[in-house]
Amino acid sequence: MFFIRPPAGLVAKLPLARAMSDGLMIEVSNLTKRYAGHTAVSGISFAVRRGEIVGLVGSNGAGKSTTLRILSGYLPASGGTVRVAGFDVFAQSMEVRRRIGYMPENNPLHPEMRVREYLKFRARLKGLSWGQTRQRVDMVLQQCGLVEAQKSVIGQLSKGYRQRVGLADALVHEPELLILDEPTIGLDPRQIRSVRQLIKSLAGRHTVLVSSHILSELEMTCHRMVILHEGRIAAADTPDNLQALMGGRGQVVAEIAASQAELQAAFDTIAEIRHADISPVAGDFFRCALTPQDGVDLRSRVFNLALQRGWPVRELTRQRHTLEDIYVRLTRVEEEET
Amino acid sequence: MQAYVTLTRRELGSFFVSATGFLVIAAAAFLQGLSWVVLVAQLQAEPTPLPITQLFYSTPYFWLILQLATPVITMRLFALEKASGTFETLMTTPVTELQVVLAKYTAALVFYVLLWLPSLACVLILRHFINTPTALDPGLLASTFLGITLLGGLFMALGCFASALAHTQIMAAMLSFTLGFTLFLLSLLSGRVTVAGGWQEELLTRVALMDHMNDFARGLVDVRHLVFYLSLTAWFLFLTVRVVESRRWK
Repeated sequence: MFFIRPPAGLVAKLPLARAMSDGLMIEVSNLTKRYAGHTAVSGISFAVRRGEIVGLVGSNGAGKSTTLRILSGYLPASGGTVRVAGFDVFAQSMEVRRRIGYMPENNPLHPEMRVREYLKFRARLKGLSWGQTRQRVDMVLQQCGLVEAQKSVIGQLSKGYRQRVGLADALVHEPELLILDEPTIGLDPRQIRSVRQLIKSLAGRHTVLVSSHILSELEMTCHRMVILHEGRIAAADTPDNLQALMGGRGQVVAEIAASQAELQAAFDTIAEIRHADISPVAGDFFRCALTPQDGVDLRSRVFNLALQRGWPVRELTRQRHTLEDIYVRLTRVEEEET
Repeated sequence: MQAYVTLTRRELGSFFVSATGFLVIAAAAFLQGLSWVVLVAQLQAEPTPLPITQLFYSTPYFWLILQLATPVITMRLFALEKASGTFETLMTTPVTELQVVLAKYTAALVFYVLLWLPSLACVLILRHFINTPTALDPGLLASTFLGITLLGGLFMALGCFASALAHTQIMAAMLSFTLGFTLFLLSLLSGRVTVAGGWQEELLTRVALMDHMNDFARGLVDVRHLVFYLSLTAWFLFLTVRVVESRRWK
Protein backbone atom coordinates (compact mmCIF):
# COMPACT_ATOMS: atom_id res chain seq x y z
CA MET A 1 0.00 0.00 0.00
CA PHE A 2 1.17 3.46 -0.81
CA PHE A 3 1.22 6.37 1.59
CA ILE A 4 1.72 10.07 1.15
CA ARG A 5 3.64 11.44 4.05
CA PRO A 6 2.63 14.86 5.30
CA PRO A 7 5.65 17.16 5.71
CA ALA A 8 7.71 15.82 8.60
CA GLY A 9 7.81 19.07 10.55
CA LEU A 10 4.06 19.39 10.45
CA VAL A 11 3.39 16.16 12.28
CA ALA A 12 5.89 16.89 15.03
CA LYS A 13 4.15 20.20 15.76
CA LEU A 14 0.73 18.66 16.23
CA PRO A 15 -0.54 19.06 19.78
CA LEU A 16 -2.65 15.95 19.44
CA ALA A 17 -0.21 13.74 17.61
CA ARG A 18 0.88 11.12 20.04
CA ALA A 19 4.17 9.36 19.72
CA MET A 20 3.11 6.22 17.98
CA SER A 21 5.58 3.89 16.43
CA ASP A 22 3.66 3.32 13.23
CA GLY A 23 1.94 6.73 13.00
CA LEU A 24 -1.24 5.17 11.70
CA MET A 25 -4.57 6.79 12.49
CA ILE A 26 -6.79 4.16 10.92
CA GLU A 27 -5.98 0.54 10.31
CA VAL A 28 -8.68 -1.46 8.60
CA SER A 29 -7.89 -5.06 7.92
CA ASN A 30 -10.12 -7.54 6.21
CA LEU A 31 -13.25 -5.63 7.19
CA THR A 32 -16.49 -7.36 6.27
CA LYS A 33 -20.04 -6.27 6.94
CA ARG A 34 -23.01 -8.45 6.13
CA TYR A 35 -26.58 -7.32 6.47
CA ALA A 36 -29.37 -9.83 6.31
CA GLY A 37 -29.27 -11.05 2.74
CA HIS A 38 -26.36 -9.13 1.31
CA THR A 39 -22.76 -8.23 1.91
CA ALA A 40 -22.17 -4.48 2.01
CA VAL A 41 -18.41 -4.58 2.54
CA SER A 42 -16.31 -7.64 1.85
CA GLY A 43 -12.79 -7.98 3.16
CA ILE A 44 -11.40 -4.49 2.61
CA SER A 45 -8.09 -3.35 4.06
CA PHE A 46 -6.56 0.09 4.07
CA ALA A 47 -4.68 2.40 6.38
CA VAL A 48 -4.55 6.14 6.94
CA ARG A 49 -1.59 8.01 8.37
CA ARG A 50 -1.90 10.81 10.87
CA GLY A 51 -2.47 14.16 9.23
CA GLU A 52 -3.56 12.69 5.92
CA ILE A 53 -6.71 13.59 4.06
CA VAL A 54 -8.08 10.47 2.47
CA GLY A 55 -11.08 10.26 0.18
CA LEU A 56 -13.39 7.29 0.06
CA VAL A 57 -15.01 7.20 -3.34
CA GLY A 58 -17.65 4.95 -4.79
CA SER A 59 -21.02 4.96 -6.44
CA ASN A 60 -24.12 4.74 -4.30
CA GLY A 61 -24.25 1.41 -2.51
CA ALA A 62 -20.52 0.75 -2.85
CA GLY A 63 -20.16 0.44 0.92
CA LYS A 64 -18.85 3.90 1.83
CA SER A 65 -21.36 4.76 4.53
CA THR A 66 -21.22 1.28 6.02
CA THR A 67 -17.43 1.51 6.27
CA LEU A 68 -17.62 4.93 7.93
CA ARG A 69 -20.32 3.82 10.35
CA ILE A 70 -18.14 0.92 11.46
CA LEU A 71 -15.14 3.24 11.81
CA SER A 72 -17.15 5.59 14.01
CA GLY A 73 -18.22 2.69 16.21
CA TYR A 74 -21.92 3.01 15.39
CA LEU A 75 -22.18 -0.37 13.72
CA PRO A 76 -20.27 -3.54 14.55
CA ALA A 77 -18.29 -5.32 11.85
CA SER A 78 -19.19 -8.86 10.79
CA GLY A 79 -15.53 -9.71 10.37
CA GLY A 80 -12.05 -8.23 10.36
CA THR A 81 -10.59 -5.59 12.64
CA VAL A 82 -10.67 -1.81 12.66
CA ARG A 83 -8.34 0.22 14.82
CA VAL A 84 -8.49 3.97 15.25
CA ALA A 85 -5.47 5.63 16.91
CA GLY A 86 -4.47 2.15 18.03
CA PHE A 87 -7.79 1.36 19.73
CA ASP A 88 -10.16 -1.34 18.56
CA VAL A 89 -13.40 0.35 17.48
CA PHE A 90 -15.56 -2.33 19.02
CA ALA A 91 -13.77 -3.38 22.19
CA GLN A 92 -12.48 0.11 23.07
CA SER A 93 -15.37 2.06 21.62
CA MET A 94 -15.28 4.87 24.21
CA GLU A 95 -11.60 5.62 23.57
CA VAL A 96 -12.29 5.74 19.85
CA ARG A 97 -15.40 7.91 20.19
CA ARG A 98 -13.44 10.47 22.22
CA ARG A 99 -11.00 10.84 19.35
CA ILE A 100 -13.32 11.11 16.38
CA GLY A 101 -15.60 13.77 15.01
CA TYR A 102 -18.20 12.07 12.89
CA MET A 103 -20.64 13.69 10.51
CA PRO A 104 -23.07 11.09 9.18
CA GLU A 105 -24.67 11.10 5.77
CA ASN A 106 -27.52 13.65 5.49
CA ASN A 107 -26.09 15.45 8.52
CA PRO A 108 -28.83 14.89 11.12
CA LEU A 109 -29.32 17.80 13.56
CA HIS A 110 -31.88 18.83 16.14
CA PRO A 111 -34.00 21.28 14.13
CA GLU A 112 -35.56 22.91 17.19
CA MET A 113 -32.25 24.04 18.70
CA ARG A 114 -30.29 27.22 18.04
CA VAL A 115 -26.86 26.92 16.46
CA ARG A 116 -24.83 28.01 19.48
CA GLU A 117 -27.04 26.10 21.88
CA TYR A 118 -26.63 22.94 19.80
CA LEU A 119 -22.85 23.25 19.60
CA LYS A 120 -22.66 23.86 23.35
CA PHE A 121 -24.81 20.79 23.95
CA ARG A 122 -22.61 18.68 21.71
CA ALA A 123 -19.40 19.98 23.29
CA ARG A 124 -20.66 19.17 26.79
CA LEU A 125 -21.78 15.75 25.61
CA LYS A 126 -18.29 15.11 24.31
CA GLY A 127 -16.89 15.85 27.76
CA LEU A 128 -15.55 19.40 27.42
CA SER A 129 -15.50 21.58 30.54
CA TRP A 130 -17.56 24.80 30.60
CA GLY A 131 -14.49 26.92 29.92
CA GLN A 132 -13.33 24.72 27.05
CA THR A 133 -16.85 24.61 25.68
CA ARG A 134 -17.13 28.39 25.46
CA GLN A 135 -13.72 28.71 23.89
CA ARG A 136 -14.12 25.88 21.40
CA VAL A 137 -17.67 26.84 20.38
CA ASP A 138 -16.49 30.38 19.65
CA MET A 139 -13.62 28.98 17.65
CA VAL A 140 -15.63 26.59 15.48
CA LEU A 141 -18.32 29.22 14.91
CA GLN A 142 -15.58 31.38 13.45
CA GLN A 143 -13.89 28.56 11.59
CA CYS A 144 -17.11 27.47 9.90
CA GLY A 145 -18.43 30.95 9.21
CA LEU A 146 -21.36 30.65 11.58
CA VAL A 147 -20.82 33.68 13.80
CA GLU A 148 -23.78 35.60 12.34
CA ALA A 149 -26.00 32.53 12.37
CA GLN A 150 -25.24 31.45 15.93
CA LYS A 151 -28.62 32.53 17.28
CA SER A 152 -30.65 31.07 14.40
CA VAL A 153 -32.86 28.05 14.84
CA ILE A 154 -31.23 25.17 12.96
CA GLY A 155 -34.46 24.07 11.29
CA GLN A 156 -34.76 27.44 9.57
CA LEU A 157 -31.22 27.51 8.17
CA SER A 158 -30.40 26.83 4.54
CA LYS A 159 -28.83 23.53 3.62
CA GLY A 160 -25.39 25.08 3.29
CA TYR A 161 -25.54 26.55 6.78
CA ARG A 162 -26.84 23.30 8.25
CA GLN A 163 -23.88 21.53 6.67
CA ARG A 164 -21.57 24.01 8.37
CA VAL A 165 -23.26 23.33 11.69
CA GLY A 166 -22.61 19.61 11.16
CA LEU A 167 -18.96 20.32 10.42
CA ALA A 168 -18.67 22.61 13.43
CA ASP A 169 -20.12 19.85 15.59
CA ALA A 170 -17.63 17.32 14.23
CA LEU A 171 -14.78 19.74 14.98
CA VAL A 172 -15.89 21.13 18.33
CA HIS A 173 -13.89 18.76 20.56
CA GLU A 174 -10.75 18.99 18.41
CA PRO A 175 -10.84 15.35 17.37
CA GLU A 176 -7.75 13.63 16.05
CA LEU A 177 -9.80 12.01 13.31
CA LEU A 178 -12.63 13.55 11.34
CA ILE A 179 -14.98 11.23 9.52
CA LEU A 180 -17.21 13.07 7.07
CA ASP A 181 -19.81 11.15 5.10
CA GLU A 182 -20.75 13.02 1.92
CA PRO A 183 -20.21 16.49 3.40
CA THR A 184 -20.96 18.31 0.15
CA ILE A 185 -24.04 16.43 -1.01
CA GLY A 186 -26.87 18.75 -2.05
CA LEU A 187 -24.79 21.94 -1.85
CA ASP A 188 -24.39 24.51 -4.61
CA PRO A 189 -20.96 24.95 -6.26
CA ARG A 190 -19.98 27.92 -4.11
CA GLN A 191 -20.88 26.12 -0.90
CA ILE A 192 -19.03 23.02 -2.11
CA ARG A 193 -15.98 25.19 -2.61
CA SER A 194 -16.13 26.62 0.88
CA VAL A 195 -16.55 23.17 2.42
CA ARG A 196 -13.63 21.93 0.35
CA GLN A 197 -11.46 24.81 1.52
CA LEU A 198 -12.42 24.15 5.11
CA ILE A 199 -11.46 20.48 4.81
CA LYS A 200 -8.19 21.43 3.15
CA SER A 201 -7.40 23.83 5.99
CA LEU A 202 -7.69 20.94 8.44
CA ALA A 203 -4.83 18.98 6.86
CA GLY A 204 -1.99 18.34 9.24
CA ARG A 205 -3.87 19.27 12.37
CA HIS A 206 -6.47 16.57 11.88
CA THR A 207 -6.64 13.34 10.00
CA VAL A 208 -9.62 13.45 7.68
CA LEU A 209 -11.51 10.61 6.06
CA VAL A 210 -14.10 12.01 3.68
CA SER A 211 -16.47 10.18 1.38
CA SER A 212 -18.10 11.26 -1.83
CA HIS A 213 -19.58 9.77 -4.95
CA ILE A 214 -18.16 12.62 -7.01
CA LEU A 215 -14.52 12.01 -7.77
CA SER A 216 -13.52 15.42 -9.01
CA GLU A 217 -14.57 16.85 -5.68
CA LEU A 218 -12.05 14.79 -3.73
CA GLU A 219 -9.33 14.95 -6.36
CA MET A 220 -8.43 18.47 -5.27
CA THR A 221 -8.65 17.95 -1.52
CA CYS A 222 -7.24 14.53 -0.83
CA HIS A 223 -3.73 13.22 -0.48
CA ARG A 224 -4.93 9.79 -1.27
CA MET A 225 -8.06 8.09 -2.50
CA VAL A 226 -9.62 4.73 -1.83
CA ILE A 227 -12.02 3.72 -4.57
CA LEU A 228 -14.70 1.33 -3.42
CA HIS A 229 -16.76 -0.72 -5.79
CA GLU A 230 -19.41 -3.18 -4.66
CA GLY A 231 -17.89 -3.57 -1.22
CA ARG A 232 -14.33 -4.08 -2.45
CA ILE A 233 -11.39 -1.75 -2.98
CA ALA A 234 -10.96 -1.17 -6.69
CA ALA A 235 -7.91 1.08 -6.24
CA ALA A 236 -6.14 3.01 -3.52
CA ASP A 237 -3.47 5.55 -4.36
CA THR A 238 -2.63 9.23 -4.76
CA PRO A 239 -4.58 11.10 -7.43
CA ASP A 240 -1.37 11.42 -9.47
CA ASN A 241 -0.58 7.75 -9.29
CA LEU A 242 -4.12 6.91 -10.25
CA GLN A 243 -3.56 9.07 -13.31
CA ALA A 244 -0.41 7.13 -14.10
CA LEU A 245 -2.29 3.91 -13.61
CA MET A 246 -4.25 4.73 -16.74
CA GLY A 247 -1.11 3.95 -18.70
CA GLY A 248 0.82 6.56 -20.69
CA ARG A 249 0.57 10.25 -20.15
CA GLY A 250 -2.19 12.06 -21.92
CA GLN A 251 -2.22 13.37 -25.43
CA VAL A 252 -0.92 16.81 -26.22
CA VAL A 253 -3.27 19.05 -28.13
CA ALA A 254 -1.91 22.04 -30.02
CA GLU A 255 -3.67 24.52 -32.26
CA ILE A 256 -1.13 25.87 -34.75
CA ALA A 257 -1.52 28.10 -37.84
CA ALA A 258 0.42 26.35 -40.63
CA SER A 259 -0.42 24.17 -43.60
CA GLN A 260 -1.40 20.60 -42.92
CA ALA A 261 1.42 19.14 -44.99
CA GLU A 262 4.05 21.23 -43.19
CA LEU A 263 2.70 20.17 -39.85
CA GLN A 264 2.60 16.49 -40.80
CA ALA A 265 6.17 16.63 -42.09
CA ALA A 266 7.41 18.42 -38.98
CA PHE A 267 5.74 15.94 -36.59
CA ASP A 268 7.19 13.00 -38.54
CA THR A 269 10.70 14.22 -37.68
CA ILE A 270 10.03 14.02 -33.94
CA ALA A 271 10.63 10.46 -32.81
CA GLU A 272 8.69 10.77 -29.56
CA ILE A 273 5.42 11.34 -31.41
CA ARG A 274 3.81 8.01 -32.00
CA HIS A 275 0.80 9.33 -33.83
CA ALA A 276 -0.36 12.75 -35.03
CA ASP A 277 -3.96 13.54 -35.83
CA ILE A 278 -4.39 16.86 -37.67
CA SER A 279 -7.75 18.43 -38.39
CA PRO A 280 -8.69 21.94 -39.54
CA VAL A 281 -10.49 24.27 -37.11
CA ALA A 282 -11.79 27.84 -37.40
CA GLY A 283 -9.37 30.38 -38.88
CA ASP A 284 -6.07 29.23 -40.37
CA PHE A 285 -5.46 26.96 -37.45
CA PHE A 286 -5.14 23.20 -37.34
CA ARG A 287 -5.86 21.14 -34.31
CA CYS A 288 -3.09 18.60 -33.76
CA ALA A 289 -3.74 15.72 -31.38
CA LEU A 290 -0.38 14.14 -30.65
CA THR A 291 -0.03 10.77 -28.99
CA PRO A 292 3.42 10.45 -27.36
CA GLN A 293 5.60 7.50 -26.54
CA ASP A 294 5.10 6.34 -22.95
CA GLY A 295 5.91 8.87 -20.28
CA VAL A 296 7.09 11.66 -22.60
CA ASP A 297 5.83 15.20 -22.20
CA LEU A 298 5.63 16.66 -25.73
CA ARG A 299 4.68 20.20 -24.83
CA SER A 300 8.13 21.78 -24.87
CA ARG A 301 9.04 19.98 -28.11
CA VAL A 302 5.97 21.30 -29.85
CA PHE A 303 6.54 24.78 -28.49
CA ASN A 304 10.16 24.85 -29.69
CA LEU A 305 9.10 23.54 -33.09
CA ALA A 306 6.56 26.32 -33.52
CA LEU A 307 9.09 28.89 -32.33
CA GLN A 308 11.71 27.76 -34.86
CA ARG A 309 9.27 27.86 -37.74
CA GLY A 310 7.57 31.04 -36.61
CA TRP A 311 4.12 29.40 -36.48
CA PRO A 312 1.52 31.09 -34.32
CA VAL A 313 0.24 28.84 -31.51
CA ARG A 314 -3.03 29.58 -29.73
CA GLU A 315 -3.39 26.50 -27.59
CA LEU A 316 -1.02 23.94 -26.14
CA THR A 317 -2.30 21.54 -23.48
CA ARG A 318 -1.66 18.09 -22.24
CA GLN A 319 -4.86 16.22 -21.63
CA ARG A 320 -5.24 14.53 -18.29
CA HIS A 321 -7.55 11.68 -17.72
CA THR A 322 -10.10 12.89 -15.30
CA LEU A 323 -10.45 10.63 -12.33
CA GLU A 324 -13.96 10.12 -13.56
CA ASP A 325 -12.50 8.20 -16.52
CA ILE A 326 -10.30 6.22 -14.18
CA TYR A 327 -13.20 5.41 -11.95
CA VAL A 328 -15.40 4.25 -14.80
CA ARG A 329 -12.56 2.20 -16.23
CA LEU A 330 -11.65 0.59 -12.91
CA THR A 331 -15.19 -0.37 -12.11
CA ARG A 332 -15.79 -1.65 -15.62
CA VAL A 333 -12.72 -3.90 -15.42
CA GLU A 334 -14.05 -5.22 -12.16
CA GLU A 335 -17.39 -6.04 -13.71
CA GLU A 336 -15.79 -7.83 -16.64
CA GLU A 337 -13.74 -9.97 -14.26
CA THR A 338 -16.71 -11.11 -12.28
CA MET B 1 -22.42 12.32 34.98
CA GLN B 2 -21.76 15.35 32.78
CA ALA B 3 -23.22 13.55 29.78
CA TYR B 4 -26.28 12.49 31.82
CA VAL B 5 -26.99 16.03 33.03
CA THR B 6 -26.40 17.54 29.57
CA LEU B 7 -28.71 15.02 27.92
CA THR B 8 -31.43 15.38 30.55
CA ARG B 9 -31.42 19.15 30.14
CA ARG B 10 -31.73 18.92 26.38
CA GLU B 11 -34.51 16.33 26.57
CA LEU B 12 -36.43 18.38 29.08
CA GLY B 13 -35.90 21.53 27.05
CA SER B 14 -37.20 19.87 23.90
CA PHE B 15 -40.57 19.29 25.61
CA PHE B 16 -41.06 23.02 25.80
CA VAL B 17 -39.83 24.22 22.40
CA SER B 18 -42.84 22.77 20.61
CA ALA B 19 -46.50 23.45 21.23
CA THR B 20 -47.00 19.78 22.09
CA GLY B 21 -45.50 20.12 25.55
CA PHE B 22 -47.72 23.02 26.48
CA LEU B 23 -50.78 21.36 24.94
CA VAL B 24 -50.22 18.28 27.06
CA ILE B 25 -49.84 20.42 30.19
CA ALA B 26 -52.98 22.39 29.35
CA ALA B 27 -55.02 19.27 28.66
CA ALA B 28 -53.85 17.64 31.89
CA ALA B 29 -54.57 20.79 33.89
CA PHE B 30 -58.06 20.95 32.38
CA LEU B 31 -58.84 17.32 33.22
CA GLN B 32 -57.51 17.72 36.75
CA GLY B 33 -59.61 20.84 37.29
CA LEU B 34 -62.64 19.04 35.94
CA SER B 35 -62.14 16.09 38.24
CA TRP B 36 -61.94 18.40 41.28
CA VAL B 37 -65.08 20.24 40.26
CA VAL B 38 -66.91 16.95 39.91
CA LEU B 39 -65.58 15.79 43.27
CA VAL B 40 -66.58 18.89 45.15
CA ALA B 41 -70.07 18.76 43.61
CA GLN B 42 -70.40 15.17 44.78
CA LEU B 43 -69.24 16.07 48.28
CA GLN B 44 -71.86 18.79 48.50
CA ALA B 45 -74.54 16.30 47.59
CA GLU B 46 -73.53 13.67 50.10
CA PRO B 47 -70.82 13.91 52.76
CA THR B 48 -68.41 11.00 53.04
CA PRO B 49 -65.87 9.91 55.64
CA LEU B 50 -63.27 9.03 52.97
CA PRO B 51 -60.33 11.41 52.46
CA ILE B 52 -60.71 13.53 49.37
CA THR B 53 -57.45 12.25 47.85
CA GLN B 54 -58.90 8.77 47.79
CA LEU B 55 -62.05 9.96 46.10
CA PHE B 56 -59.85 11.49 43.45
CA TYR B 57 -58.93 8.03 42.17
CA SER B 58 -62.51 6.97 41.93
CA THR B 59 -63.00 9.52 39.14
CA PRO B 60 -61.87 8.28 35.74
CA TYR B 61 -59.83 11.44 35.11
CA PHE B 62 -56.69 10.27 36.89
CA TRP B 63 -56.47 7.12 34.78
CA LEU B 64 -57.36 8.99 31.62
CA ILE B 65 -54.51 11.43 32.11
CA LEU B 66 -52.08 8.61 32.89
CA GLN B 67 -53.12 6.55 29.85
CA LEU B 68 -53.01 9.45 27.41
CA ALA B 69 -50.03 11.40 28.72
CA THR B 70 -47.67 8.40 28.78
CA PRO B 71 -47.57 7.79 25.01
CA VAL B 72 -47.48 11.51 24.20
CA ILE B 73 -44.58 12.17 26.58
CA THR B 74 -42.51 9.12 25.75
CA MET B 75 -43.11 8.44 22.06
CA ARG B 76 -40.46 10.84 20.80
CA LEU B 77 -37.68 9.86 23.22
CA PHE B 78 -35.94 7.28 21.02
CA ALA B 79 -38.21 6.92 17.99
CA LEU B 80 -37.78 10.51 16.85
CA GLU B 81 -34.00 10.39 17.14
CA LYS B 82 -33.86 7.13 15.24
CA ALA B 83 -36.12 8.45 12.49
CA SER B 84 -34.26 11.75 12.10
CA GLY B 85 -30.81 10.16 12.34
CA THR B 86 -29.62 12.14 15.36
CA PHE B 87 -29.40 8.82 17.19
CA GLU B 88 -26.30 8.15 15.12
CA THR B 89 -24.61 11.39 16.14
CA LEU B 90 -25.64 10.74 19.74
CA MET B 91 -24.30 7.20 19.93
CA THR B 92 -20.97 8.12 18.33
CA THR B 93 -20.15 10.50 21.19
CA PRO B 94 -18.54 9.05 24.32
CA VAL B 95 -21.81 8.33 26.17
CA THR B 96 -22.98 4.95 27.40
CA GLU B 97 -26.35 3.40 26.60
CA LEU B 98 -27.25 3.53 30.29
CA GLN B 99 -26.60 7.29 30.45
CA VAL B 100 -28.78 7.89 27.42
CA VAL B 101 -31.67 5.76 28.72
CA LEU B 102 -31.54 7.25 32.22
CA ALA B 103 -31.38 10.82 30.89
CA LYS B 104 -34.39 10.33 28.64
CA TYR B 105 -36.30 8.58 31.42
CA THR B 106 -35.49 11.32 33.94
CA ALA B 107 -36.66 14.03 31.55
CA ALA B 108 -39.93 12.19 30.89
CA LEU B 109 -40.54 11.63 34.59
CA VAL B 110 -39.84 15.26 35.48
CA PHE B 111 -42.27 16.41 32.80
CA TYR B 112 -44.86 13.95 34.09
CA VAL B 113 -44.50 15.26 37.65
CA LEU B 114 -44.90 18.82 36.32
CA LEU B 115 -48.21 17.70 34.80
CA TRP B 116 -49.58 17.00 38.27
CA LEU B 117 -48.71 20.32 39.85
CA PRO B 118 -52.07 21.89 38.89
CA SER B 119 -53.87 19.36 41.07
CA LEU B 120 -51.73 20.50 43.99
CA ALA B 121 -53.07 23.99 43.33
CA CYS B 122 -56.60 22.56 43.36
CA VAL B 123 -55.93 21.04 46.77
CA LEU B 124 -54.65 24.34 48.15
CA ILE B 125 -57.68 26.23 46.86
CA LEU B 126 -60.00 23.65 48.34
CA ARG B 127 -58.18 23.87 51.64
CA HIS B 128 -58.67 27.59 51.74
CA PHE B 129 -62.45 27.22 51.66
CA ILE B 130 -62.78 24.13 53.79
CA ASN B 131 -63.76 24.32 57.46
CA THR B 132 -61.98 21.27 58.80
CA PRO B 133 -58.23 21.52 58.21
CA THR B 134 -57.76 17.82 59.00
CA ALA B 135 -59.54 16.89 55.77
CA LEU B 136 -56.37 17.61 53.82
CA ASP B 137 -53.50 16.30 55.84
CA PRO B 138 -49.99 17.03 54.41
CA GLY B 139 -48.90 13.46 55.04
CA LEU B 140 -51.88 12.22 53.05
CA LEU B 141 -51.00 14.56 50.20
CA ALA B 142 -47.38 13.42 50.27
CA SER B 143 -48.29 9.73 50.08
CA THR B 144 -50.79 10.48 47.31
CA PHE B 145 -48.12 12.24 45.27
CA LEU B 146 -45.70 9.43 46.00
CA GLY B 147 -48.27 7.05 44.51
CA ILE B 148 -48.78 9.25 41.47
CA THR B 149 -45.02 9.48 40.93
CA LEU B 150 -44.40 5.76 41.37
CA LEU B 151 -47.20 4.80 38.99
CA GLY B 152 -46.05 7.46 36.54
CA GLY B 153 -42.47 6.22 36.87
CA LEU B 154 -43.56 2.74 35.83
CA PHE B 155 -45.59 4.04 32.89
CA MET B 156 -42.73 6.28 31.71
CA ALA B 157 -40.41 3.25 31.80
CA LEU B 158 -42.96 1.32 29.70
CA GLY B 159 -43.05 4.27 27.29
CA CYS B 160 -39.23 4.41 27.06
CA PHE B 161 -39.15 0.72 26.26
CA ALA B 162 -41.83 1.11 23.58
CA SER B 163 -40.04 4.11 22.04
CA ALA B 164 -36.73 2.25 21.95
CA LEU B 165 -38.37 -0.67 20.15
CA ALA B 166 -40.31 1.38 17.60
CA HIS B 167 -38.98 3.04 14.47
CA THR B 168 -41.58 5.79 14.26
CA GLN B 169 -43.30 7.93 16.85
CA ILE B 170 -46.74 6.60 15.92
CA MET B 171 -45.61 3.04 16.48
CA ALA B 172 -44.03 4.03 19.78
CA ALA B 173 -47.22 5.75 20.94
CA MET B 174 -49.39 2.77 20.01
CA LEU B 175 -47.05 0.31 21.65
CA SER B 176 -46.75 2.24 24.91
CA PHE B 177 -50.52 2.80 25.02
CA THR B 178 -51.06 -0.93 24.50
CA LEU B 179 -48.61 -1.86 27.25
CA GLY B 180 -50.06 0.68 29.69
CA PHE B 181 -53.65 -0.18 28.88
CA THR B 182 -52.95 -3.90 29.33
CA LEU B 183 -51.66 -3.22 32.83
CA PHE B 184 -54.71 -1.08 33.53
CA LEU B 185 -57.11 -3.74 32.23
CA LEU B 186 -55.44 -6.39 34.36
CA SER B 187 -55.90 -4.23 37.42
CA LEU B 188 -59.51 -3.56 36.44
CA LEU B 189 -60.00 -7.29 36.07
CA SER B 190 -58.59 -8.00 39.51
CA GLY B 191 -61.35 -5.85 41.01
CA ARG B 192 -64.10 -7.67 39.15
CA VAL B 193 -63.02 -11.26 38.91
CA THR B 194 -62.10 -13.61 41.69
CA VAL B 195 -59.80 -16.40 40.69
CA ALA B 196 -59.14 -19.07 43.26
CA GLY B 197 -55.50 -20.08 43.54
CA GLY B 198 -52.85 -20.62 40.91
CA TRP B 199 -50.67 -18.06 39.15
CA GLN B 200 -53.71 -16.21 37.85
CA GLU B 201 -54.71 -15.12 41.33
CA GLU B 202 -51.12 -14.24 42.15
CA LEU B 203 -50.84 -12.10 39.02
CA LEU B 204 -54.17 -10.32 39.52
CA THR B 205 -53.50 -9.40 43.14
CA ARG B 206 -50.02 -8.13 42.25
CA VAL B 207 -51.05 -5.84 39.40
CA ALA B 208 -54.04 -4.30 41.16
CA LEU B 209 -52.92 -0.75 40.35
CA MET B 210 -56.19 0.73 41.55
CA ASP B 211 -55.92 -0.94 44.94
CA HIS B 212 -52.35 0.30 45.21
CA MET B 213 -53.46 3.83 44.48
CA ASN B 214 -56.23 3.58 47.01
CA ASP B 215 -53.70 2.58 49.65
CA PHE B 216 -51.44 5.52 48.80
CA ALA B 217 -54.40 7.92 48.84
CA ARG B 218 -55.41 6.66 52.27
CA GLY B 219 -51.93 7.51 53.50
CA LEU B 220 -50.78 3.92 53.50
CA VAL B 221 -47.29 3.47 52.09
CA ASP B 222 -46.98 -0.28 51.69
CA VAL B 223 -43.42 -1.54 51.15
CA ARG B 224 -44.77 -4.26 48.86
CA HIS B 225 -46.16 -1.57 46.57
CA LEU B 226 -42.88 0.34 46.64
CA VAL B 227 -40.97 -2.81 45.71
CA PHE B 228 -43.50 -3.64 43.01
CA TYR B 229 -43.23 -0.28 41.25
CA LEU B 230 -39.51 0.25 41.70
CA SER B 231 -38.56 -3.24 40.55
CA LEU B 232 -40.89 -3.20 37.55
CA THR B 233 -39.59 0.24 36.56
CA ALA B 234 -35.99 -0.95 36.87
CA TRP B 235 -36.82 -4.04 34.81
CA PHE B 236 -38.28 -2.04 31.94
CA LEU B 237 -35.38 0.42 32.01
CA PHE B 238 -32.99 -2.53 31.90
CA LEU B 239 -34.88 -3.89 28.88
CA THR B 240 -34.67 -0.46 27.24
CA VAL B 241 -30.89 -0.39 27.70
CA ARG B 242 -30.68 -3.84 26.12
CA VAL B 243 -32.78 -2.72 23.16
CA VAL B 244 -30.56 0.34 22.63
CA GLU B 245 -27.47 -1.87 22.88
CA SER B 246 -28.87 -4.43 20.44
CA ARG B 247 -27.62 -2.30 17.53
CA ARG B 248 -24.17 -3.47 18.53
CA TRP B 249 -24.94 -7.18 18.36
CA LYS B 250 -26.48 -7.21 14.90
